[in-house]
Amino acid sequence: MTYEAGQYDVIVIGAGHAGCESALASARMGCETLLLTINLDMVAFMPCNPSIGGPAKGHVVREIDALGGEMGRNIDKTFIQMRMLNTGKGPAVHALRAQADKFSYQHTMKKTIEETDHLTLRQGMAEDLIVEDGKVIGIVTKTGAIYRAKAVVITTGTYLRGKIIMGELMYESGPNNQQPSVKLSASLKELGFKLARFKTGTPPRVHKDTIDFSKTEIQPGDDNPKFFSYETKSSDNEQLPCWLTYTSEATHKIINDNLHRAPMFSGAIEGTGPRYCPSIEDKIVRFADKPKHQIFLEPEGKHTSEYYVQGLSTSMPEDVQLGILRSIPGLENVEMMRNGYAIEYDAVVPTQLWPSLETKLVDGLFTAGQINGTSGYEEAAGQGIIAGINAARKVQGREPVIIERSQGYIGVMIDDLVTKGTNDPYRLLTSRAEYRLLLRHDNADLRLTPTGYEIGLISEERYQEFLNKKELVAQEIERLGTVKIRPEVAQPMLDAANSAPIAFTMDALSLLRRPELTYALIEPFAPSELPLTEEMKEQVEIQIKYAGYIEKQLHQVERLNKMEKKKIPDDIVYSEVHGLASEAKQKLADIRPLSIGQASRIAGVTPADISILLVYLEHYNRVTAARGQ
Amino acid sequence: MVHDTIAAISTAIGEGGIAIIRVSGPDAIEGTARIFRSRTDLRDAATHTVQYGHIIDPKSGEEVEEVIVTVMRGPRSFTAEDVVEINAHGGVVAVKKVLDQVLLQDGMRLAEPGEFTKRAFLNGRIDLMQAEAVIDLIRSKSDRAFSVARKQAEGTLSKRIKALRQTVIELLAHIEVNIDYPEHDVEDLTSAYIREQSGSALEEIGKLLKTANEGKILREGIMTAIVGRPNVGKSSLLNMLAQENKAIVTDIPGTTRDVIEEYVTLNHIPLRLLDTAGIRETNDVVEKIGVERSHNALEEADLILFVLNNNEPMHEDDRVLLEKVKDRQLILIINKSDLESKLDMAEINSLIDEERIVRMSVREEEGLDLLEKAISKLFFEGQLDSGDLTYVSNVRHISLLKRAQQSLLDAIEASNAGIPIDLIQIDVRSAWESLGEILGDEVGDSLIDQIFSQFCLGK
Repeated sequence: MTYEAGQYDVIVIGAGHAGCESALASARMGCETLLLTINLDMVAFMPCNPSIGGPAKGHVVREIDALGGEMGRNIDKTFIQMRMLNTGKGPAVHALRAQADKFSYQHTMKKTIEETDHLTLRQGMAEDLIVEDGKVIGIVTKTGAIYRAKAVVITTGTYLRGKIIMGELMYESGPNNQQPSVKLSASLKELGFKLARFKTGTPPRVHKDTIDFSKTEIQPGDDNPKFFSYETKSSDNEQLPCWLTYTSEATHKIINDNLHRAPMFSGAIEGTGPRYCPSIEDKIVRFADKPKHQIFLEPEGKHTSEYYVQGLSTSMPEDVQLGILRSIPGLENVEMMRNGYAIEYDAVVPTQLWPSLETKLVDGLFTAGQINGTSGYEEAAGQGIIAGINAARKVQGREPVIIERSQGYIGVMIDDLVTKGTNDPYRLLTSRAEYRLLLRHDNADLRLTPTGYEIGLISEERYQEFLNKKELVAQEIERLGTVKIRPEVAQPMLDAANSAPIAFTMDALSLLRRPELTYALIEPFAPSELPLTEEMKEQVEIQIKYAGYIEKQLHQVERLNKMEKKKIPDDIVYSEVHGLASEAKQKLADIRPLSIGQASRIAGVTPADISILLVYLEHYNRVTAARGQ
Repeated sequence: MVHDTIAAISTAIGEGGIAIIRVSGPDAIEGTARIFRSRTDLRDAATHTVQYGHIIDPKSGEEVEEVIVTVMRGPRSFTAEDVVEINAHGGVVAVKKVLDQVLLQDGMRLAEPGEFTKRAFLNGRIDLMQAEAVIDLIRSKSDRAFSVARKQAEGTLSKRIKALRQTVIELLAHIEVNIDYPEHDVEDLTSAYIREQSGSALEEIGKLLKTANEGKILREGIMTAIVGRPNVGKSSLLNMLAQENKAIVTDIPGTTRDVIEEYVTLNHIPLRLLDTAGIRETNDVVEKIGVERSHNALEEADLILFVLNNNEPMHEDDRVLLEKVKDRQLILIINKSDLESKLDMAEINSLIDEERIVRMSVREEEGLDLLEKAISKLFFEGQLDSGDLTYVSNVRHISLLKRAQQSLLDAIEASNAGIPIDLIQIDVRSAWESLGEILGDEVGDSLIDQIFSQFCLGK
């Protein structure tokens, strides 16, 4: 029996990292929003590593924050370790990484959701989508509740027809032995969606008291931690260290001796696993020459003794897992609290989506996160906020928001997914971005906060603070260009910094361009009266030091943007475009790119095809214009 | 794409006395101005005016070619963009030299097939009725270009570029993995490693570009000047070369208007003999003119054949001339070797390496094989006969190789200056992309593939 359970603007199915951002964005934009989860105790759960950030991923968290999302604030409240990575490299690749108290992380997120206006959090398993005339109008849960809505966002993570595999054992399950979502997958298939089968995995967890830390190296957090959110000014969170150890020869022997029991090699796993996150058995087979592999031991929280064994993702049988663990220095007597496993799940082939993350097949239906073929909490959250924003805007009758590749890693990721698709679970890497120098950790606010403000997710107060920062940074850069420093004054500082002496008076800005000099070194010779924060000084330094490179990339962006701005009308019939190669016709008809820029990134579409398309569009526009007259 | 600047030779190559290089786009005037020396700065030139001057190599300041340049500011031009047309003398070599210089300028690239027409259409200069014709033009031209490119890419050149690209991508993957996996136990990237990998790639690029030069010589012939005092046997040498080879291909109007070229092949080696008319005239009374013309030809030549008479001591004129050219690509021919030697060999040996001296008797038709060997050694390091040498010949390929070369040099320089690796990556990546463009490869995901096959990463 079914019953009418309520009417909403937007329904979000799944309360993982994508679902939470989606629902919060939609509700904060004023839409009545329902967030459904199979298990209310699993909101914002971290089924794998208890950490957030790192290169590209950390950038995404900053971008989510700049847009007015929650992940940055939430991890800032609940971290138990914070480290800035890549500090020896250029500013574009500095990357913040946090260890989370995984329980505190999910409780804090759940509380935020519960306290948000227009947002209803409810337990229930969505099993069917109600679609009328190609438009989604509601969902039905396992318990027969019918919820009606104008837009639906599906963020099912690894739950869709989830199957856990470990050695010879195999059973239907969501992550961490949760109930899988079986029927929704069938419903999507019925609607005509192409699904892919992907796989991921997680390592075992061990008991802290059974680890001999004396045989490992300590990995402490930063003394002066930075934060993900531009709103977080300080924190008194106590930090816990991680620990580093290595696999041994014995580890490799155990694995090699038991390969016949590994589902990876016995053929039990049909899903495609992520290249960037291979299991330990995979690593040992593929990189047989490597004598040892790093293993990080990471605390899962303050109020638990569980440690996550990073580097040991495996789907070996339980007894072999224990043997592997105990072959590692420091873990000789370890107690395994949970075993590792591989999980297979259904994903939607992401080329079936518009760049707004709305599906092309069903109007008003959006998908975000792992269901779109990605992997990682940050990737999920980054899509989640965009799907939530666009679902809300759809309901409000507004144009979707699309982040360009030159604006953020979120834009790179979504464009990659919807334009090229993915053959294995997609992970963001900084190398996927062509404008890495523009997509820095430090300038996420400059890139995206105006968008966040326009959407209505950034408060007036925060926006004014942002404008103030921008203005002060610009003023300070201009000022440094006018401050002259005499050679005899600068000499001791230059000597100390191993910097070449100057022969004539030089302005502070030019000096700051030298790789070896910093704002802090120059500041005493050019003190500013502006109320500059450390963050602003950092911004000044980066903008001055890398101006040449930044300008070069901006120039490229400007050129390519012209291609992005050339829109392709939706009603174009590619099979009728004379001169296009047949492969291009088919690919273009499949992807239906929104702009010439997007079209040019489709595999199999050549520059000649793009030229022809441009000529055709010009023809089309002139004819349309002539008809209009 | 529509808003960058393109250039191409817009007249059929090798036909007609004048060739036009057309440049169109926002940087057309600025880019050309940087390599154009004349009384009026091109930037200040009024639209639809013609300037006389020289294309120069901006690095050395050397004059590359004498040209006439027309400036047409948009929208009153064929493409409705700023257009510059460079009129050069029609010789293939001259035109390509000019195009090379143009393409080396920032923001310039070689036009795609049909691209000028495409731009003209997109900018509203061509009637709607012709849209289909424009499409056909693009399609047919790019298909043809593609098939040529593919033919070239199937050969040994493609293998070498692929290997080269592999060297660069390994470096690139190493940089990327250092950035994306800072905590992984992969070796830290050192500037020594960057230098080493870039250095070996640069060496290979250098070799390929050298073949470009050899390939050019093979196609167009070695510009050769025969010089010497009257009556040492210059004209006989010419006649012998001409008779030996019935393969006098054509008389081409040359790059300097007065000079006539004659194209002969000496076994495998094509020679373009400069100023042959002048040499012929030395049989006439006005020998002086001949000498003068020889002097002019000297400036142009890739190869100088300096002829001495074995039977006469060195004349002061010989010494002056020899001093002037001894550091050029020169072969000293001691003619009339069948007669008694009156030359001071000690003096000659102090000026010229033994391997660049060839003893011949033109009258007895002896020593031609020695001459051929000496030239081959000078220009092809003696390997001309191996038959399957790789030659980079395509202008586009050459300009992309040069671009890759520059990017790698920038990378090394940046690395030496202590610039962070994520910035060096920009140069390395651009080298990799330039090489990729030669192959027409999908650049796509293969970097990511490389990272994960080269390094063991994971959680």
